[in-house]
Amino acid sequence: MTPRIDITLNVNGSDHDIRVEPRRTLADALRQDCGLTGTNVGCEHGVCGACTVLLDGEPVRSCLMFAVQAQGRRLRTVEGLANAEGLHPLQQAFTDHHALQCGYCTPGFLMLAAGTLERHPDIDDESLREVLSSNLCRCTGYQNILRAVRAVRDSRRLAREDAR
Amino acid sequence: MKPAPFQWHPASSLDEAVALLARYAPEDGRVIAGGQSLVPSMALRVALPAHLIDINGIASLARLEVEAGRLSIGACVRHAAFEHPVEPGVLGRLLATVAANIAHAPIRTRGTFCGSLANADPASEWCLVAATLGATLVAVSARGTREVAAADWFHGIMTTALAEDELLAEARLPLLATDARAGFHEFSRRAGDYALAMSLCTFRVVEGRMREARVGVGGVEPQPRRIPEAERLLEGERPEPETFARAARAAADAVDPLEDIRTRAAYRRDLVAASVRRSLQAACDDTH
Ligand SMILES: Cc1cc2nc3c(=O)[nH]c(=O)nc-3n(C[C@H](O)[C@H](O)[C@H](O)COP(=O)(O)OP(=O)(O)OC[C@H]3O[C@@H](n4cnc5c(N)ncnc54)[C@H](O)[C@@H]3O)c2cc1C
Ligand code: FES
Ligand code: FES
Repeated sequence: MTPRIDITLNVNGSDHDIRVEPRRTLADALRQDCGLTGTNVGCEHGVCGACTVLLDGEPVRSCLMFAVQAQGRRLRTVEGLANAEGLHPLQQAFTDHHALQCGYCTPGFLMLAAGTLERHPDIDDESLREVLSSNLCRCTGYQNILRAVRAVRDSRRLAREDAR
Repeated sequence: MKPAPFQWHPASSLDEAVALLARYAPEDGRVIAGGQSLVPSMALRVALPAHLIDINGIASLARLEVEAGRLSIGACVRHAAFEHPVEPGVLGRLLATVAANIAHAPIRTRGTFCGSLANADPASEWCLVAATLGATLVAVSARGTREVAAADWFHGIMTTALAEDELLAEARLPLLATDARAGFHEFSRRAGDYALAMSLCTFRVVEGRMREARVGVGGVEPQPRRIPEAERLLEGERPEPETFARAARAAADAVDPLEDIRTRAAYRRDLVAASVRRSLQAACDDTH
């Protein structure tokens, strides 16, 4: 074993002081050291996207980063989506559009979609399809995931237009 | 699986990084950039580095600039930086087209251009770009700095001219002429997969004739390269589908394709013919 290093991870606005070996992936640190087990781990080598989290607002594979590399960055995981008022619009849309079955891929898809819509609120259907092809789902056949994310994009767009 | 233990050495300057590399490279130390190829191979225990020199905190390596007719790409510039044109000319547009073919969006937010060149996967899109356009690679070590031409960079599958104590600090791409046209085409079985074959073609059209034609093929042989047999058939000809088909056939005949259990050489050869024809047509249509 190599010596452990003391680090602070900022996840969903809260600091977590943890002690990890350098080889600890960010995904494992979130789950095992921070107790945030919402982020799932599937393939552990970058292919499935179940572990997707936001790093300073950008979607990344948390199995392909080491926890020590995430110090000083702002991390967001699926636990940070809902608030006191209820589910995040994407979580509600996934429910409404039946965009999950077993739910294993869902945290990854939610974070991928959340990061994408925040950065590109007007993303077109084709680009959205391209982005969502990043992650694997073995249950839904993807169409309902696309519908759910499109629905949130569209309702936010309407809300923006109403506000004008 | 989980990566094997290693010691982590975050570097905050290029000097510090090459000093660390000089010290630890002989003890199984290596650079980590985006980690998008290295960490998967560590998870699979194919790579077992004892030391990782982390260059992500080196601000000077995030440089992405046009100067003296060249685009300089520092070692920390991510694939995602190219998704929107990085310069207003033909090169910026071409790189945006190519970037969209590399892996998936969350991998492009971490993976780097120079990491792809250092990794030298036969199917790397950036390696094809470097080989076709004639990039210059800047290798830095505690011993000094040297420039390597793309033609001398690739030494076969995942092998390069880089010595173990050297860091690829920057890649430089020549800008394309304002009247140049460029086309890229890649075939892969699923979105985001590595290419089974891909090609990149550029030429200028002067008084109706093609000039300075370049035809590069990647994902087919152990390393990407230009195909002079195809380029010769284009030079001085009119940009027409029959000419493109002839050059594409010549490219397919010229390559010595890799084979694997799912992809026979004959199939890859056919893909080369189709890919070169399509990228030539794409270049022909690239009239801004
Ligand atoms: C699911 C998946 C799909 C992918 N699909 C594609 C694809 O279609 N096309 C494609 O091209 N790539 C693909 N990749 C790989 C990705 O593009 C990597 O980002 C790239 O190959 C390596 O860049 P990196 O910065 O991540 O390097 P790292 O993973 O950090 O390093 C890779 C190797 O290069 C060395 N290295 C890195 N930078 C330097 C440097 N500056 N100086 C010296 N040595 C260095 C490292 O020591 C290591 O040996 C895919 C990856 C995944 C996980
Ligand atoms: S667990 Fe990270 S991509 Fe599959
Ligand atoms: S809902 Fe089961 S994998 Fe996506």
